[in-house]
Amino acid sequence: MQTTVAALPPRHYLNDGFGIRSWLFTRDHKRIALLYLATITLFFFIGGAMAVLIRLELATPAGDLVTDETYNKLFTMHGVMMVFFFLIPSIPATLGNFLVPLMIGAKDLAFPKLNLLSWYIFVVGGLFTLYALISGGVDTGWTFYTPFSTISSTSKVVPTALGVFITGFSSILTGLNFIVTIHRMRAPGMTWFRMPLFLWSIYATSLIMVLGTPVIAITILLVAAERLFHFGFFDPAVGGDPVLFQHLFWFYSHPAVYIMVLPSMGVVSEVVAAFCRKPVFGYRIVAFASVAIAVLGFLVWAHHMFVAGISVYAAMIFSVLSMLVAIPSAVKVFNWTATMYRGSISWQTPMLYAMGFIGLFTIGGLTGVFLATLAVNVHVTDTYFIVAHFHYIMVGGALMGYLGGLHYWWPKISGRLYPEFLAKLSAGIIFLGFNLTFFPQFVAGYLGMPRRYHAYPPDFQVLNVLSSAGASILGVGYLIPMAYLMWSLRYGRAAGSNPFGAVGLEWMTTSPPPTENFATTPVVAWDAYDYKGEVEGRVA
Amino acid sequence: MSQTHVVPTRVYYTIFAILMFCTYLTVQVAFLDLGALNTVAALAIAVFKAVLVVLFFMHVKYSTRLTWVVVIGGAFWLGILLALTMTDYLSRAWGTFG
Repeated sequence: MQTTVAALPPRHYLNDGFGIRSWLFTRDHKRIALLYLATITLFFFIGGAMAVLIRLELATPAGDLVTDETYNKLFTMHGVMMVFFFLIPSIPATLGNFLVPLMIGAKDLAFPKLNLLSWYIFVVGGLFTLYALISGGVDTGWTFYTPFSTISSTSKVVPTALGVFITGFSSILTGLNFIVTIHRMRAPGMTWFRMPLFLWSIYATSLIMVLGTPVIAITILLVAAERLFHFGFFDPAVGGDPVLFQHLFWFYSHPAVYIMVLPSMGVVSEVVAAFCRKPVFGYRIVAFASVAIAVLGFLVWAHHMFVAGISVYAAMIFSVLSMLVAIPSAVKVFNWTATMYRGSISWQTPMLYAMGFIGLFTIGGLTGVFLATLAVNVHVTDTYFIVAHFHYIMVGGALMGYLGGLHYWWPKISGRLYPEFLAKLSAGIIFLGFNLTFFPQFVAGYLGMPRRYHAYPPDFQVLNVLSSAGASILGVGYLIPMAYLMWSLRYGRAAGSNPFGAVGLEWMTTSPPPTENFATTPVVAWDAYDYKGEVEGRVA
Repeated sequence: MSQTHVVPTRVYYTIFAILMFCTYLTVQVAFLDLGALNTVAALAIAVFKAVLVVLFFMHVKYSTRLTWVVVIGGAFWLGILLALTMTDYLSRAWGTFG
C-alpha cells in the first residue's frame, strides 16, 4: 500500500484542453473512453427505469399499474437499452478504450479518428432508439422475433431496428481498432504471453464483435425491409421462414453474451492477481480459454430455439456443443480459485466485486448447463428460470465485473480515490439486492411462471414481492457508486500512480496519465503479474 | 507498413468484363428451368464474382498472409453459420423420436 501523500500530476489528459470542443473532437482514447462512460451510464439508468416499472407492476398479481401493451414495451425497451446500449459497449468501450493502449505501452489506439467515429455512431444509434422510445416504444421483445415484428406489431419497430443496426457499426469499429492495436502496437518486449489477461479477453471479445455483429446488423435490416417492403425473408406466406430469423439473430446474439462477460472475466483476472499478490494460476490456459469461449460461443446458438420447431437432430448437436462452453468457463473459475490459494488476499472493493462475479457467474453458468440439456430446456423455456439465468450471467457476471473494473481503475482514470467504506458497503448491497431479486425468479420459473406477462396467478406473489424488494435494494446499490464516484472527481484524495501496488504498464505512468500515456516508450522485460518482481523493485 | 502494389489497369478492365459477363449469365440461367439447381447456379456465380472482387478489387491477392488469414477466417465463420443452420433445415423432415 502506498503510504506517502500523493498529488495529481501537473499535466495529464484531463487538463490537456478545456471546453466542449476539446472533448467532442478529441482523439485521445482516454477521453473517448470517458465519453462512452457518460453515454452508457445514461442508457443504463434509462434501462434501469424500465426495470423499476416492471418490478413495480409485478409486485401484485393483477395487471394494475400499466396495460399489457405498455408492459410489453417496457420489457422490450429495458432489454434493448441494456443489451445493445449498455452491456455490449460497457467494458470494451470504456475500460477497454482507456486501458488497451496503456496496458501494451502504446500512445493511443491504432485508429484514433475511427475510435471517435465509433462513439458518434453509437450516439446516433442511441438517438434513433430513444426516438422510438419517446414516440411510442416497441413491443417485440429485444429479440425482434418474426413474424410478430414484421407483420403484426404496430409499434416503432423500424426506428428501433435502425438504432440497433447503426450501433452495430460502432461495435465493429471498436473491435477492429482493438485487434489491430494489439497486433501492431505492443511495446518492445510485450509478447503475446506477457500481455495481461484483460487484453486476451478484450482480443477475444473483439473477434466476436468483428465476426458476429455484421450478421445481426444485416438481419435487423432484413426485418425492417420486410416490414416496409413486404419481402419474403421470414414470412411463410411469401416463401420465407420465421425460424430463419432466429438462426440469424442468435448466431450473433448468443456470442454477444460473451461480448458482455469475457471482458468481465479479464477484469477478474487482473483484480484477483492484484489483490492476492500472485500471478494468475495457469496464465496460458486462462488466455486460451478466452479464445476458446469466443470460438465455441459461435457454435451453440440454437439452444435458444429448442422449442421453436427446429430439427430434433440439430437440437441434439447444439445441446452437446452448448455444454462444451462450460469447459473453458470452468477452467477460468478454477484457476481464479487456485490463484487465491495461499495468496495474500486483500478484501478491497474491486476484490469484493470479483468474488461476486465468480460466485454469481458460476450459478449463471451452471444453470446454463441445465438449459443446454434438451429435456430440461423444454420444461423451463420462456419461464422466469430463463430470466434468472441470463441475469445471473449479464448482471451478476458482466455488470459485477464492470463495476469491479471501474473501481479498480478509477484512481487511474480520475487520479483520485473513492471512499472505500461506501464502496464496500455498496458492493455488499448490490450483491444482496441482486440475489434477492433474481434467485426467487429461478424458483418461480421452475414452478412454471412464464416470462413477459404483466399479470400472474396469486400463487407466485410471494416470490415476486421478494424479487421486487430485491430490485429496490439493487437500485440503491447502483445509485451509491454513481454518487460517490462523482463526488470523488472533485473531493477524492489524490491516488498516486499505483494506489493498489499492482503490476502492469498502466500503473507505471501517472494517475491520471498524460495524453501521450508514457514519457518514453516502455520496454517490457518481465511476465504479466510479476508480483515477485514488485518485491525485487522492478515495479513502481 | 505495407507497400502499395501497382496493378495494371488492364487487370481491372478484364475483371470488370468478367463480372459483367457473369451478371449476364445469371440472368440467362434464371430463365432456364433447372429445378432446385437454379438457386445453386445463381449462388455459384455470385460466389465466383465475390471472390474476384475480394481478390482483385480489394487487393487481397497482393496482400500479406495476415490479411489472408482475416479473409479466410471471415469466410470460415460464414461457413459455420450456413453449415450449422443447414443441420436444422436438412434434418427437419427426418421426423422425431417416439
